[in-house]
Amino acid sequence: MNKAITANKLTKKFGNFIATNAITFDVDKGEVFGFLGANGAGKTTAIKMLTGLSRPTSGEATVAGLDIYRHAEQIKQQIGYMSQKFSLYEDMTVSENIEFYGGIYGLKRSEIRERGGKSLDQLSMTNVRNHKVNSLPLGWKQKLAFAVATLHKPGIVFLDEPTGGVDPITRRQFWEMIYQAAEEGITVFVTTHYMDEAEYCNRISIMVEGLMVACDSPAALKSLHNASSIEEVFIKIARNKE
Amino acid sequence: MKGHVLRAFVKKEFLHIFRDYRTLMVLFGMPIAQVILFGYAITTELRDVKIGVWDMSKDQKSIELISNITSSEFFALNDNVSASHEIEASFKKGRVKAFLVFPNDFGNKLERGTASIQIIADASDPNTANIITNQLTSIIQRWDMLEKSKTLRRAFIDTEVRMHYNPESKSVLLFVPGVITIILMLVSAMLTSISIAREKEMGNMEILLVSPLKPAVVIIGKILPYLMLSLVNALIIMGIGNVVFEVPVNGSFVLLLLECLLFIVVALSLGVFISTKVESQQMALMMSLFALMLPTILLSGFIFPISSMPLPLQWISHAMPPKYFIIIIKAIMLKGVGIAHIWKETLILSLMAVFFIGLSVKNYKSRLE
Amino acid sequence: MLTVSNISKSYGEVRALNGINFEVDRGELFGLIGPDGAGKTSLFRIIATLLLPDSGDVSFDGHDVITDYEFVRKNVGYMPGRFSLYQDLSVKENLEFFATIFNTTVQENKHLIEDIFKQLEPFQNRRAGDLSGGMKQKLALSCALIHKPTMLLLDEPTTGVDAISRKEFWGMLQRLKKEGITIVVSTPYMDESKLCDRVALIQDGAIMDLDTPSGIVNRFDKTVYKVTGNNQYQLLSKIRTMDGVQNAYPFGSSLHVYGSPELNLSGRLDEHFPDADIQVEIIPADIEDTFMNLMTRDHE
Repeated sequence: MNKAITANKLTKKFGNFIATNAITFDVDKGEVFGFLGANGAGKTTAIKMLTGLSRPTSGEATVAGLDIYRHAEQIKQQIGYMSQKFSLYEDMTVSENIEFYGGIYGLKRSEIRERGGKSLDQLSMTNVRNHKVNSLPLGWKQKLAFAVATLHKPGIVFLDEPTGGVDPITRRQFWEMIYQAAEEGITVFVTTHYMDEAEYCNRISIMVEGLMVACDSPAALKSLHNASSIEEVFIKIARNKE
Repeated sequence: MKGHVLRAFVKKEFLHIFRDYRTLMVLFGMPIAQVILFGYAITTELRDVKIGVWDMSKDQKSIELISNITSSEFFALNDNVSASHEIEASFKKGRVKAFLVFPNDFGNKLERGTASIQIIADASDPNTANIITNQLTSIIQRWDMLEKSKTLRRAFIDTEVRMHYNPESKSVLLFVPGVITIILMLVSAMLTSISIAREKEMGNMEILLVSPLKPAVVIIGKILPYLMLSLVNALIIMGIGNVVFEVPVNGSFVLLLLECLLFIVVALSLGVFISTKVESQQMALMMSLFALMLPTILLSGFIFPISSMPLPLQWISHAMPPKYFIIIIKAIMLKGVGIAHIWKETLILSLMAVFFIGLSVKNYKSRLE
Repeated sequence: MLTVSNISKSYGEVRALNGINFEVDRGELFGLIGPDGAGKTSLFRIIATLLLPDSGDVSFDGHDVITDYEFVRKNVGYMPGRFSLYQDLSVKENLEFFATIFNTTVQENKHLIEDIFKQLEPFQNRRAGDLSGGMKQKLALSCALIHKPTMLLLDEPTTGVDAISRKEFWGMLQRLKKEGITIVVSTPYMDESKLCDRVALIQDGAIMDLDTPSGIVNRFDKTVYKVTGNNQYQLLSKIRTMDGVQNAYPFGSSLHVYGSPELNLSGRLDEHFPDADIQVEIIPADIEDTFMNLMTRDHE
C-alpha cells in the first residue's frame, strides 16, 4: 500500500448544488499534490471530506489506507490540517498554541518542547515565542500554522489555500517548508488558486465547477496542451469545455 | 426624487424579509405560538376545583350559597373547617385551592344591609388563583342578584378577596397585552438591529455609505417595513386574543393602534440604536435579547408584579418602555378608558421615543469607524 | 485627478499606512500591487470617504475627500474587496436597487455596462449568492459603474477568481479606460501589474516603488539567472551558500538567482553537480523579481 490518498467518484451535494462531482484520483506517499481551482470550484469541500469534517454524498475514499466512512477518527490521528482561515488561537501566545496543539495530538511535554523549539528555530521565531499570535504579520502566522499542523509528524498534511494573499517572499518560504516536509516523507495535499504555484507540485489536479478536468504532472499537462504555463493550460481546458 | 429612493429601499427590505424563512418564522410564527402558549398555559380550564369552607353562621343563606357554588361544574367541596388555623393546614396539605369564609350571622347581615364573604385563594399559582377568585366572585354575585330580585332588598354581598402567598397577582386577561408588548419589542427592536448589523457584516454597508444615500433614508427605510409588520402583528395577536380567548378591546380601537404605533417607534429606535453599537448579527441578537427581551419579560410587570420587586429593580422598571405600554394597553383593552387616564404614560413613551431617535441619529456614522 | 499626500493611518499600535504619496492622472489605469496587510484596503477606504486618515490629505478632482465627501461619493464608483451586493437579491434586483439609490436608472448608463450586461442577462433572475465567482465580480463592477462615475476604485477585484474570468475582467477595465474613466485597482497578483499604466508596489503600509511597469523593471540592477534542474530543493540550498549570490527563490518549475553579471553560476554549478542536468540562462527581471528584491532591501 503506497497510496496516501485514493478517491473514487467522490461526490458532495448541497441540495441541488453539486460541490464536487464524482472526483477520482490518488496521491502517492511522499508526493506534493496540488489541487487547483478558483474559489467555489470545490477544493475546500474535497478537503473537508478527506479529513472527515464532512460526509460525502456518494463515492469512496481512503486516507492513509483507512476508509473515510468507517475510520474517520483513526484518520484524524494520521493527518495534519491547516485551513484557509487561519487556524491558530489569536489571543494565545506562540508557545501556548504549540503546547495546546501538541497536547491535542497526545505528544509528551518533552516532545512538545523539543519539536516546538526546533520549529521555532527554523522559522527564526524563537524571539517572539511569548508574543500573542494576533500581533504577528500574516506570513508568519501562516508559517507557524504549518509548523503546528506538522508538529505531531503526520503521514499526510492537508493545506487549504495556505498562501492566499501572502507576499511573494513568504509564499516562497512557505513552499520551501512544504518541500522540506516532503523530503521528510510527509505527503502534502495543498490547494491554491495561484496557477504559478502549480509548478511547485509533483502532480496537480485542476477543478472547475466541481469537476476534475485534469490530473497529471505540470510538465505533462503543459506538453499535452502545448502551453507554456499552467495558467495557459487552465484557460485552454476551460475554453474547450465551453 | 427622494420618495422613489425610499420606496426602492423599503422594497429591498421586504424582499430580504420574505426570502428568509427564519425572519418570517420570528415575524409571524412566534406571535401566534406565543399567544396560544400563554393563553393555554394561563387559562387552565376550571373543573371540579377543590375548595373548602369555614362557615361561622351555618344559616340558611350560607348553606344555600355554598350548595349553589359546589353544585356548579367548576367547584367541589373538599374541606369543611371550624377554625382559622385549619385553613392554613388544609392549604399546606394541598386539599384545597381556595377557601370561602362566611362570617357569623351571614343571613341576617344580608337582610340588614351588607354581608361579606372572604375568599382566600392559594396564589402560589397566581394565575389559577385569579381565575378561581373571579369565578367564585361571579357565582356569588349572580346568586346575590337572584336573591335580590326575590326579596327586593337593597343589600349586597361584599366579597373580600385575599390572595394568599401573592397578594398582588394580576388579572388573567393580562397575557394578551403582555404578549403584544413582547412581540412588538422583539419584532421591532431585534429584527431591525439584526438587519442593520447584517448589512455591516456582509459588507453591504460599505456600498450604501459611499452612495449619495442620506442616513435618514437608510434609517427610515429600515424602520418602515418593520413598523408595518409590527402593526400587522399587533392586529393578529389582538384578533387571536379576541376570537380564541375572548379578550375584549373595551376602549377606543383607534387610540389603541396609535399607542401601539408609539411603542413600536420607541422599540424601533432602540433597535437602530443597538445596531449603531454592534458590528455583527450575533452581537445584535445578544444585545437585543439581554438588553430588551429579558427586561421586557421580567421587569415590565408582565409576569412579576412591579410592586413586589425589591426597590432597586422597581427603579429600573421605571426606565423600561414596556412597563408604560403594558399599563396603557391594559387600560384601553380591559378598562376601556380614554387618553385622559393614560396621558402620563403616553407622554413618557413619547419622550423616550424622542430620546432614542436622537441618540441613534447622533450615533449613526457616515463612515466605517 | 487624484492626489494622495502623506496619508498615515494606525489602528491601535498597528501602523496600517505610513506616509503614502501618489497621484493618478485623468484616464489612467493605476495599480496598487501588494500582499494582504500591506494597507491597500485602508487606502481605498480613505479615498472612498469611508475612513478618516490620521494625517495627510486626499483630493479627488479638486475636492477634498474629507470635507467634500458628498461630491466624492457621487462621482466615484467603489467596489470593496469582499462581495458586497445583496446575496438574497437577484441580479436584476441588485442592479435596479443600486441604480435607484444613486438616483439613476439601469437604462440611463447601459452603454457603459453593455458588454458586461450581455453576459449577465441570462442570469437576470438568479440570486447574486448563487452566481459563480467571475459572474459575481461582473455584477459588482456593473453596480459600481451604474451611476457613471468618473473614477473607479476596485479593491482586489480578481482575488480568488478563475484565470479566464480574471482575463475577461482586465479586458473590461481596458474598455472602461477608453471611455475615459480613471481606474485605481489593487491586486495581490504581481503578473497583473503589466496590465496597468503605472503601478505602486506597496508593502507594510509604504510605497516601495512607483512607476510604469517597464520603468520599475528597468531600474532593477541585478542579473536574474533562471536555473532549471531535477532536485530543486537541493539545488536551492547549495546556491544559497555560494559567494556572490544575493538571493535565490523558487519560481515555479525553476529557480531565480540574483547576483552580479560576473557570477559564473553555470560553471560553478557544473562543478558541484557534475552528473546533474542543470540549465542556467540569464533572463530579464519581471515585477515579481523586483518586488521581492525591494522587500529584502527595505528589510535590511
